[in-house]
Amino acid sequence: MSTVTLTNTSTSNAGKWVYRSAVLLLCAWVLVPIYLLFVNTLSSPEAVNSFPKSFTPAFDTESLEFFLGFSGMLNALLNSVYVAAITMVMSIVIGAPAGYALSRFDFRGKELFRMLILLTRAFPLPLLALPLAVMFIEVGLDDSILGLALVHTTLAIPFAVLITFSLFSGIPVELEEASWTLGCTRLSGFRHVVLPLILPGITASAIFAFVISWNEVFAAAVLTIENRTLTAFLLQNLDTSPLHLKFAGGFILVVPALIFIFAVRKYLFAMWGIANR
Amino acid sequence: MAEIIIKNVAKEFATYQALSDINLTISDREFMVLLGASGCGKTTLLRIIAGLETATSGEVWIGGRRIDHLPPKDRGIAMVFQNYAVFPHMTVFENIGFGLRMQKQPQAVVEERVRRTASLMHIEQLLSRYSGELSGGQRQRVAVARALAMEPDVILMDEPLSNLDALLRLEMRAELKGVLAESKTTAIYVTHDQVEAMSLADRISVMNKGKIVQAASPIEVYRNPASEFVAGFIGNPPMNFLNAKKVSEGTWSVGGKEFSGPTHTADEIRFAIRPEDTRVTSDGIRALVRLVEPLGANLHVTCDVDGEMFRAVLDSDTVVNPGDILMLNPQLERIRWFDKASTLAI
Repeated sequence: MSTVTLTNTSTSNAGKWVYRSAVLLLCAWVLVPIYLLFVNTLSSPEAVNSFPKSFTPAFDTESLEFFLGFSGMLNALLNSVYVAAITMVMSIVIGAPAGYALSRFDFRGKELFRMLILLTRAFPLPLLALPLAVMFIEVGLDDSILGLALVHTTLAIPFAVLITFSLFSGIPVELEEASWTLGCTRLSGFRHVVLPLILPGITASAIFAFVISWNEVFAAAVLTIENRTLTAFLLQNLDTSPLHLKFAGGFILVVPALIFIFAVRKYLFAMWGIANR
Repeated sequence: MAEIIIKNVAKEFATYQALSDINLTISDREFMVLLGASGCGKTTLLRIIAGLETATSGEVWIGGRRIDHLPPKDRGIAMVFQNYAVFPHMTVFENIGFGLRMQKQPQAVVEERVRRTASLMHIEQLLSRYSGELSGGQRQRVAVARALAMEPDVILMDEPLSNLDALLRLEMRAELKGVLAESKTTAIYVTHDQVEAMSLADRISVMNKGKIVQAASPIEVYRNPASEFVAGFIGNPPMNFLNAKKVSEGTWSVGGKEFSGPTHTADEIRFAIRPEDTRVTSDGIRALVRLVEPLGANLHVTCDVDGEMFRAVLDSDTVVNPGDILMLNPQLERIRWFDKASTLAI
């Protein structure tokens, strides 16, 4: 009896250690590169290029200044912001009504529609990018901010639909019905009752769309030439730019995304928790 | 005047018929209760009157105006929902005043009516709270106040007390009755609780399988149920049914005793009596006692009469044990008869 207990404890102990080291490993996997990025960005170019490297940041802004002064960089940064902003607006304007319809109405092919939304993520972007580039050249959308924003919108819409679907589903339909019996139309009921309740979630969903566009590099690289976004611009200059420029660029890309995702994490969990039910 | 007339209303869903051939007239200021088991269509009917559901066919009139094509806001109704539906992002004051604000009433009117209905529902001290800070009972009070503040022609209530605990439900039931009588509005109240229906209603519409089986005053529904369904649904314990065999024209044999009853072509009909309408005598229906439940106020006895179950509510002083044979004598004027095939009252 006692031996059995003993083995049990030792197995559960071993399990605990495996679990702990797995957690530690995964955390390191994510955090160490970010830390190195952070350290190297805030070091002087000389320190970045020398060896051995320091593991504490020097809080030297020379690298960042160099990065911002690099010809075309500011323009690319602005392009990234524009594309991401348009993507954000379009994916909410299109995605939120779809999410509302999915949560409130029963229609033929609803399940199929939900699956199709997810399926849009099944096609690898390289497969789509080339035909898209050709088509964009034909209609004159090539190398334009709007064209790229359209592509990014299609990437962001599935998430916008799923997040808003779960948000709308979380609001009891009786609240809307109560508003109708109290003198609201469907539209004014939405404005007075649903919208105030859902606004934080919509904001989260919009920010998520922004981040998707902000981080996207493949379509940006294929579809733009002059009007590069930041990701595409950095990729283009990857082999020629000095190390400290790469670090600074990576830092500028990663930080907004991280901050935004952290701010809206609650709603992203809701998306996986509820929308997939 | 807010008389409600429902004409030939039917509702079909994709897979089943929720309502068929509903005809009902509810007079001004009447308190009508729609009573039935879940799935009988009572809530669907209420939602059709509210305009939250569209009838497949038929007409709904309120106060001489046909309203079945109008959106809910133009029907002169207010509704209280089962789960309260108090807006979580508004204070109690804003909730109660919401409908008035939508009607663009002047601030003074909103203020006055909110305070008046809040004090009517005893929630004036909660006006600045949010619904997250309220108990279930308080939320229900807010929901009722919000409906009353509209001063609607008709107030519709969908099982408003079913989410409350038993004690609170009793308290709210009595209060609702008083408040609604005061407000002089026509009320339609949906419930599956027959006690609630009996205590609140001016008239009860008993529904079963998408049809109104009987619409009558509580005591009429209780004393003269229109069908075996109504007799079994209302009353706790429900009405007893026994087989009656024809002895001669107008005379029927039930459990070994002869009763004079209706003349009928069938050889067998159903004899019915309420459990509390039987007395123990030396001569009556022979019943074998199976179960004795002393409930304090009275004694519930479950017996076996010719293989059929028979319940009697007796005086709590009665001495009786399982296995005893009782001679139960029904009060003759309380006996009801039902057709065996159609289950309707004869």
